Amino acid sequence: MADTSGLRNDPRPLSPHLQIYRWQITMVMSIAHRATGIALAVGTLLLVWWLVALAAGPAAHAQAQGFIGSWFGLLLLFGWSVALFYHLCNGIRHLFWDMGRGFEIGAMYASGYAALAATAVLTVIAWGAALVLR
Amino acid sequence: MAEFSLPANSKVGTGTAHPAPAGAKKPKTFKIYRWNPDDKQNPRVDSYTIDLADCAPMVLDALIKIKNEIDPTLTFRRSCREGVCGSCAMNIDGTNTLACTKPIEEVDGDVAIYPLPHMPVIKDLVPDLTMAYTQLRAIEPWLKSESPPPDRERPQSQEERAKLDGMWECILCFCCTTSCPSYWWNGDRYLGPAILLQAYRWIADSRDEATGERLDALEDPFRLYRCHTIMNCTKTCPKGLNPAKAIAEIKKLMVARR
Repeated sequence: MADTSGLRNDPRPLSPHLQIYRWQITMVMSIAHRATGIALAVGTLLLVWWLVALAAGPAAHAQAQGFIGSWFGLLLLFGWSVALFYHLCNGIRHLFWDMGRGFEIGAMYASGYAALAATAVLTVIAWGAALVLR
Repeated sequence: MAEFSLPANSKVGTGTAHPAPAGAKKPKTFKIYRWNPDDKQNPRVDSYTIDLADCAPMVLDALIKIKNEIDPTLTFRRSCREGVCGSCAMNIDGTNTLACTKPIEEVDGDVAIYPLPHMPVIKDLVPDLTMAYTQLRAIEPWLKSESPPPDRERPQSQEERAKLDGMWECILCFCCTTSCPSYWWNGDRYLGPAILLQAYRWIADSRDEATGERLDALEDPFRLYRCHTIMNCTKTCPKGLNPAKAIAEIKKLMVARR
């Protein structure tokens, strides 16, 4: 392959990109997939902390439980659950793309909206179940 | 590493406003990116209001009208004016397309026109495509065959020929490549959708005998695998082609040959 390094060193201005490109659902869902992936990794630390507290004895567990049960803890947990379901549903789209399927623009939009709807439904079901079983 | 904001010399200022001609029946304003290397100044956006009642329907027609009647310094590429040469590729109303096949009527409000995104600008709407052409050269876009040339043409079945549909139509306008955020951030190493579509055009060709060699050249974390199926490419292609699908097919072949 030809060496293409160094061609970008140019005194010319760089044309606008993110600043002017129209945001579209496909592009938004792609960056959201990455953002939720990061959020899940960070949120896992919260889960680990809770498990460690569980093993450390009743006092530590009560403290962790108190934080997670507070409005701020519940908000974090809610965000984490949304991220989980979104990443799961959109991840299934990625599996189909890896098989070479669903690349037509209509299919891309349909699967995108389906993933968003499924995220909402799964989140509602999970929190509904959590509140009922509490 | 991705640089999300524009460098200091690329920040865009406000330029001159050219008002509508007296008695305009259908005034429409075009906000156009301008940069002149001789000015030693930052780029700016000039606005031109023209009368659509006295203008042909496409964005390219408006650009030509502005150049002819208001501002002869306005610089852009154009040639065929019917969507087969790819010269007038630019960012119109936020997405990349060909000015010659984009109807003005499709744009609500003012028409914002920029050069293809994240490219070095030569002047006004003319981007420097050297990098993209170098990358095209890198994938060796010609038929490679070891077997002796036949006396006549190299035969292909109708099914084999049909595999090239949706790829031979590419006019290399680079609308797709310059719509791709992965290419914006890693354009020095990622080949981008237009070039990968071309690469697959030769991989999929039944007459080409260099498939293994071509796949070897693409087996790289950047050249091929910076595609994260963002899909801006397929969404923006003015010829209705599907570069994202072609890239997926290359990725499948990579797995299949393991």
